[in-house]
Amino acid sequence: MPVKGERPHALLDVPLHYCPGCTHGIVHRLVAEVIDELGIEGKTVGVASVGCSVFTYNYFGCDMVQAPHGRAPAVATGVKRARPENVVFTYQGDGDLAAIGMGETVHAAARGENIVAIFINNAIYGMTGGQMAPTTLPGQVTQTTPYGRDVKTAGNPIRVCELLSSLDGVALAQRVTVDCVRNVNIAKKAIRKAFEYQMEGRGYCIIEVVSTCPTNWGLSPKDAIQWLRDNMLPYYPLGVYKDAGEAEQ
Amino acid sequence: MGEKVLMKGNEAIAEAAIAAGCRHFFGYPITPQTEVAAYMSKRMPKIGGVYLQGESEVASINMVLGAGAAGVRVMTSTSSPGISLMAEGISYIAGSDVPCLIVNVQRGGPGLGGIQPSQADYYQATKASGHGDFQMLVFAPSTVQEMVDLVAGAFELGDKYRMPAMILSDGMLGQMMEPVELPEKRENPEDNKPWAASGHQNKRGHNVINSLYIDPHELERLVVERYKKYDAIKETEQRAEEYLADDAEIIIVAFGASSRVSRSAVDMARKQGIKAGLVRPITLWPFPEKFLAKHAGHAKVFLSVEMSMGQMVDDVKLAINCSRPVEFFGRTGGVIPTPKEVLEQIVRLNGGGYRCR
Repeated sequence: MPVKGERPHALLDVPLHYCPGCTHGIVHRLVAEVIDELGIEGKTVGVASVGCSVFTYNYFGCDMVQAPHGRAPAVATGVKRARPENVVFTYQGDGDLAAIGMGETVHAAARGENIVAIFINNAIYGMTGGQMAPTTLPGQVTQTTPYGRDVKTAGNPIRVCELLSSLDGVALAQRVTVDCVRNVNIAKKAIRKAFEYQMEGRGYCIIEVVSTCPTNWGLSPKDAIQWLRDNMLPYYPLGVYKDAGEAEQ
Repeated sequence: MGEKVLMKGNEAIAEAAIAAGCRHFFGYPITPQTEVAAYMSKRMPKIGGVYLQGESEVASINMVLGAGAAGVRVMTSTSSPGISLMAEGISYIAGSDVPCLIVNVQRGGPGLGGIQPSQADYYQATKASGHGDFQMLVFAPSTVQEMVDLVAGAFELGDKYRMPAMILSDGMLGQMMEPVELPEKRENPEDNKPWAASGHQNKRGHNVINSLYIDPHELERLVVERYKKYDAIKETEQRAEEYLADDAEIIIVAFGASSRVSRSAVDMARKQGIKAGLVRPITLWPFPEKFLAKHAGHAKVFLSVEMSMGQMVDDVKLAINCSRPVEFFGRTGGVIPTPKEVLEQIVRLNGGGYRCR
């Protein structure tokens, strides 16, 4: 297999602000590669959310809109309804998508909006410095769960793909990770399928990427990957939770 | 043009928006504006437009942000509590320089308040529609016809200055029926908006619609630039109607529903030989300071008549630099003042019984 070292065209040649070992960079690259492969940069509009990924508007070469915290699905709905010929995606973290923006997410999904949500689940709020997220694991220590997340008082984590897969408007709900080459390839295929489904008008697609946050987890990049495998993946099993294309066959 | 039809205010505003080329409506039901949404839901599918009922006002205003960012003419409508929910989105829209039209069919507040007409969202509309330094264009129609007439201009100015515009209506204007002449249809609603995020087609760099600026100096520079634009708007876009104001000793300042009542009171006062007049702001932001300042020389006193506890009265004082006494009369909570009540105030002021100096 030839090693491709070039930067995808849809990823601008600017330094990313992400911490060492953060998987945002990999996911950005995968999204940009898919945009390149499908030849859709000129008609794609991305919607940046609030959190670590807010600056995606500086990184992707397509047109970008920056949404208020949690509102990316609503903003993307507005863009897509105004310009159905455009390909529209949101790029959201767990706080944005599953806490403050859960209402917008569920309803965009229920409406079957023809948008793609790239969902970064790293079980913590990164940008604000490591507070509990809706996906923080039981017992996980964060700045605001200093004694570990006690589900009796802080509630339980939300498994987003499982939750959304019950909705008729969802065309694709798949959980992936990018901890190794094999999984990176699976993630890219999933992202590509999501964009293709949108172009076929199938409805709402969400690709949940189980991700790392070495800085706020207090781990080295290498240990963070291991922590993801040991703790995140058992709670958030990888796989396809809904695939309208598969269901047809 | 020419043919008059009898229409409810809320429906007339919707039809006027369609005539102005608006093909995108996002909203959430709330009394007393729901007819706007209901009308749009009936009309938009027939003309290739988009009607979408959001899951909340929060979602709806962000759909407006998205559609506006993509460069289309877009609107929403709601009533007072809904505007509070939209405050975040309005701030982002202003901070991202995205044009749109927002209709507020005001009802009594605070809280759930009531569903009867009110003007108690004046401060919110003109001074604090969301966090941060920004303004909206705010128009205050007083008849169903004027609602229709202001819609196209609100869209045009919003596009021209790349900022949100609001029609500040109320439950009375929204619900009442009057004969209206609808404007001619705008044939080509698609404006040239080279800044929009609508896909660069590989022909230009990427457009970014954004309100985040981490560098405080950059943010300050952008806000200051926006305020220079606001200064230009204050200079050129003030609008008001003057009624029997040129020789008036007592000048009533009132907008929207309360201006209708005040006009009747002015007529009654004139019949009694009292030199009363009316200045009716049509733009609430920019506030028509020039129209008030020019009467400060001959007027003995100003009276702000509002359906609130007194909000615009502050702007009247500032407009004339407190050079004359400025009094206030209002009813609130959804109560509409009567012409007789306003006349009583005029008679009191004619006798020199000022409460303030």
